[in-house]
Amino acid sequence: MSNVAKRIHIKGGRLIDPANSLDEVTDLWVAEGKVQAVGKAPDGFTADETINADQQIICPGLIDLSARIREPGQEHKATIASETAAAAKAGITTLICPPDTQPVIDSPAIVELIHLKAREANMSNLHMLGALTCNLGGELISEMLSLKDAGVVGMSNAGHPVSNSLILRRAFEYAATHDLTVFIRPDDHGLSDNGCVHEGALASRLGLPGIPEAAETVAVARHLELIEQTGVRAHFSQLTTARAANMIARARHDGLKITADVAIHHLYLTDIDIRDYNSACHLIPPLRSERDRDGLRDAIKQGAIDAICSDHQPHEPDAKQAPFPDTEPGMSGLDTLLPLVKRLADEKLLSLSDAIDRVTRLPANILGLDQGHLSIGAIADICIFNPDMSWAVSSDTLNSAGHNTPFIGWEMHGRATSTLVNGQLVFSNDYD
Amino acid sequence: MSSVKTQAQPTQPVKLRPGNIQLDQQGKLRHFLAIEGLPKTVLTKILDTAESFTASEEKKFELLKGHTIANLFFEPSTRTRTTFELAAKRLSADVLNINISASSSSKGETLLDMLRNLEAMHVDMFVVRHGSSGAAHFIANHVPKHVSVLNAGDGSHEHPTQAMLDMFTIRQHKPDFPSLRVAIVGDLMHSRVARSQIHALNTLGVGELRVIAPQTLLPAGIEKMGVQVYQDMDAGIKDVDVIIMLRLQRERMHGAFIPSEHEYFKLYGMTEARLALAKPDAIVMHPGPINRGVEMDSAVADGDHSVILQQVSNGIAVRMAAMAMAMRNPDGSSAS
Repeated sequence: MSNVAKRIHIKGGRLIDPANSLDEVTDLWVAEGKVQAVGKAPDGFTADETINADQQIICPGLIDLSARIREPGQEHKATIASETAAAAKAGITTLICPPDTQPVIDSPAIVELIHLKAREANMSNLHMLGALTCNLGGELISEMLSLKDAGVVGMSNAGHPVSNSLILRRAFEYAATHDLTVFIRPDDHGLSDNGCVHEGALASRLGLPGIPEAAETVAVARHLELIEQTGVRAHFSQLTTARAANMIARARHDGLKITADVAIHHLYLTDIDIRDYNSACHLIPPLRSERDRDGLRDAIKQGAIDAICSDHQPHEPDAKQAPFPDTEPGMSGLDTLLPLVKRLADEKLLSLSDAIDRVTRLPANILGLDQGHLSIGAIADICIFNPDMSWAVSSDTLNSAGHNTPFIGWEMHGRATSTLVNGQLVFSNDYD
Repeated sequence: MSSVKTQAQPTQPVKLRPGNIQLDQQGKLRHFLAIEGLPKTVLTKILDTAESFTASEEKKFELLKGHTIANLFFEPSTRTRTTFELAAKRLSADVLNINISASSSSKGETLLDMLRNLEAMHVDMFVVRHGSSGAAHFIANHVPKHVSVLNAGDGSHEHPTQAMLDMFTIRQHKPDFPSLRVAIVGDLMHSRVARSQIHALNTLGVGELRVIAPQTLLPAGIEKMGVQVYQDMDAGIKDVDVIIMLRLQRERMHGAFIPSEHEYFKLYGMTEARLALAKPDAIVMHPGPINRGVEMDSAVADGDHSVILQQVSNGIAVRMAAMAMAMRNPDGSSAS
């Protein structure tokens, strides 16, 4: 790929740009990595390349708030090259990687290493959350300022909750000092114990140790108190229970400035999908009850939950080939994010523009990034997708190195056909 | 939200319910993984077949001559493994005992690799005990059509042969299941035996099924399995015909589910005084091994109402029945 950005004319597509309340069939003009014009060509614009977007939707590139890339440390599962390419093919132009790589993202050197590899791969953007505590150990506050200077977009202790409330408070205070957003995956480890599925009738029937809903709600309550007292900017990641979503809604109503996201599969699947030990449905946080799924859908509709992510966790096949509790949790989600978000509009939960908003402008706002919109002068991270293209999820159609998804066999509607990152066409395929 | 699933019909086969994977196309037992999902006819056939073995004057049968059965025990067990071994030998099968905790799993070999190796040695049936719920299902989903799997206990899920020997013992004493009131007492949270018993008793149509335990030992939503929940022992065993005491599996407990054995015995221990609350001809059962003075008094364990040793001897006949019924021919057809 040439380093000189081409001048690109995206012709005659339905442009949906929620940040600018745009939804119309028009043209988009891109040069020097930026959006130059919408509608009429700028004076003297000569395109090096024209993308015919007839019958297609043009929208800001998707921003995925949680994607495990597995590199460094678990390259047998996936790599920065494999997953940033898979993201580009799925219309996702920015990935946010949680800090639980091996080694942990708790030093500027690791941040630089990952940035370097992402630049080499030259596909989708890759940003990182830095570890809130050293080695995610929950004991020592990490060098947040150095991490911020190295380029992390927020702090998180990922799936390793800080159990000592004094240390958590100080970490919040220190993050607030440096104007960093803290990302919280609410989990009370004592309550989740060694659980591997939602605590309920299905767990009891299958004899699997359960994770009670209180493991999430107790953690949300504790974090809300410390957020309020420290004034830190905070974001709750991958909520799974209706009760936690209600707690977030109440806290926002009371004036607390917090945000939240949900993983897209929690809006479709429940613990019932585990059936008889389907390890593709072994997820942490776990699939919950139908009531929770409906409550999360309601929270998305009402806006109590802002954004939607993939919570992408690719695995090699062996990781899922064992008795259910012995398999590794998580599902590969990059490939199915766009069609499943669009499906929320097909099911009339959200308008298509609102659905796109949840994976573009809103995550950008949460991250404090000037992305997720197609204003004149904006960085040209663009997704062009065919909303009517249907495809079946299978090992043949997945681009991620991880094929571990419970959506295998599902018919999806909608697929990215061209993706621009920083104004460069990194992916194009009309699947003819 | 019902539209969610109707729009999303999977177009590829998903894992089947246990009832499907456990039966062949003729409805015969293919694997014995769980009581759940098996019809009453199959459970009754297991009991009838076991009865034919106990009624016979022969001790040894040639039914499984030339077949090889491997006991794969990923968890230590003495009684269950011994009765499976005896059952296989009385059917003239060749038996291989493999204690895995001391063998492959410590060498990093995956479960699937180990199965492939054993299949290469022409093993026809795996009897599996494993600490993880769903292990028997996992193995059954990965064996060729001529190999069958018997679950000898998987995690906290099921222990179907134990439940069937309990049904066999109950039937010997009280054959009319619809007229029976049965109580299961103790650690239902961790008990695979209890889950199998609940499914078996409900499938065989028992009149009333109660479970008795403190809330810490009751799994969430157990009432959806067709039981009435009691936390008070005296109320729970009043007028019951069958009392099944569960072992308090201390080795399974990660935390403090009960404050002390002493307090547990005081609240849930089976004493002669408590036994007097049940029907006068009630029987007392226990899957063993008994913690005397924790789950029950020695006076009850060794008393007239106890059928605990009959359970042990019935275990051999019931396991012979399950083995004979599930064994496959090389072409995958039923060998029975």
